[in-house]
Amino acid sequence: MSANPTAVKQKPNWLIEMLGSTIGRKLMMALTGLFLILFLAIHLAGNLQLLVPDEGRTFNEYAEFMGHNKLIQIVSILNFAFIIIHIVVSIILTRYNRTARPVAYAYNRASANSSWASRNMIWLGMILLIFLVLHLINFWAKSKFGPIEEVVYEGRTYHDLYAIVKMEFANPLIVGVYVLAMAGLAYHLLHGFQSAFQTFGVNHVKYTPIIQSFGLLFSILVPLLFAAIPIVMYVQSLL
Amino acid sequence: MNMKLTLKIWRQSKPDKKDAKGNFTPGGGKMETYALNEVSPDMSFLEMLDVLNEKLVKEDKEPVAFDHDCREGICGMCSMYINGQPHGPDRGITTCQLHMRSFKDGDTIYIEPWRAKAFPVIKDLMVDRSAFDRIIQAGGYVSVNTGVNVDANEIPIGKGIADKAFDAATCIGCGACVAACKNASAMLFVAAKVSQLALLPQGKPERKARVEKMVAQMDEEGFGACTNTGACSAECPKGISLEHIARMNREYFGAKLTSERV
Repeated sequence: MSANPTAVKQKPNWLIEMLGSTIGRKLMMALTGLFLILFLAIHLAGNLQLLVPDEGRTFNEYAEFMGHNKLIQIVSILNFAFIIIHIVVSIILTRYNRTARPVAYAYNRASANSSWASRNMIWLGMILLIFLVLHLINFWAKSKFGPIEEVVYEGRTYHDLYAIVKMEFANPLIVGVYVLAMAGLAYHLLHGFQSAFQTFGVNHVKYTPIIQSFGLLFSILVPLLFAAIPIVMYVQSLL
Repeated sequence: MNMKLTLKIWRQSKPDKKDAKGNFTPGGGKMETYALNEVSPDMSFLEMLDVLNEKLVKEDKEPVAFDHDCREGICGMCSMYINGQPHGPDRGITTCQLHMRSFKDGDTIYIEPWRAKAFPVIKDLMVDRSAFDRIIQAGGYVSVNTGVNVDANEIPIGKGIADKAFDAATCIGCGACVAACKNASAMLFVAAKVSQLALLPQGKPERKARVEKMVAQMDEEGFGACTNTGACSAECPKGISLEHIARMNREYFGAKLTSERV
């Protein structure tokens, strides 16, 4: 077969080309970010059961259900995968974006044209990553591998995860770290929520105001309620 | 009342170098300080620099090189990062439309070139913006057969669509979006052209190939990715909306997922 004179350099597969482009990388950030936002809402709904005044029975029963439900286990693996993609792509993007301006301005007034949160997503994300590691060591690792007390409700044995949470949140240092991390989460969401929709291409006179208002509400309310849990439990530990 | 100003201006005699692989070597330069008295508040910013240059020439010094052409805010040539913002502190104007009344007597003004790997500095405040030309050449046009002129209103276009397309078409390609963006991203520039042509019926035949090629060229040039900070739109002298970036993203995903180009 003779060589095709019009043959050009082999392009990568279209999907890889799309995801590898600057817009495609943003798509990965937006998709994983939106999934993590959904996760936050579900995680919050679960954790608020810690505040039900029944010495942790509601929470322990819920945790038992979550720990043994096959669908939840698949979703939790996906969740870890998405967190890792979100982190890895953000680092790749940040490094790439830094190379796009090799010489910095001597004087730059970025605050005149953009929000603080939007310019510091990587650092807010780093705070959340550190928090995530601490959080996993504090609770997830203990619930999976650590020695756990058991409680019996109506003849069935449950892991007393509530007792672990109660013990951790009696420590004011841990409570302080959690509250600070949630402030970081609020700022991360403040930009991230509406930014994800913009990346998807959703920008419309009818829907964008709703997305922005809901995003603002979500970014304040969700971290606030998350932060309320350690604060309330710390106060309870003092009583 | 004339003003006394302290100017801190980027001076660079050797150009930045960018090779075919995209490796960037800065030409090196530094901020120099100049005192300028007798600045009238009625002068435009470029006229103020003209006065400085006359003074420098008289003192047998090298004048400051800067880009300018029409001086009426429509050509997109003037490009200066003034006190930390492209085209200076005022909104919706280019540097040539900035007047010295926006400053106070005794002010210190920082003047720098656009900073981006894709915009290498040629000299002092002049940058090479041919990366924009190459993006347009990659697909920012409609192919038209030569021959008899088509009647201007032959294809009906709704008023709303025409207005949106016109908003996008007001881009003068000055590069303030790239200069303002913390990632030196050219998304607003590329989006304006993709959007303008995607909205209009004349742009429809080449719609998918256009966005694919223009985005590929944008990435090839070494512009950064978008973080949706909105700095580009805020600093755009024509106030081009972020809505166009969203439209380009839709166009891009749609084209990638459905075009015949594998």
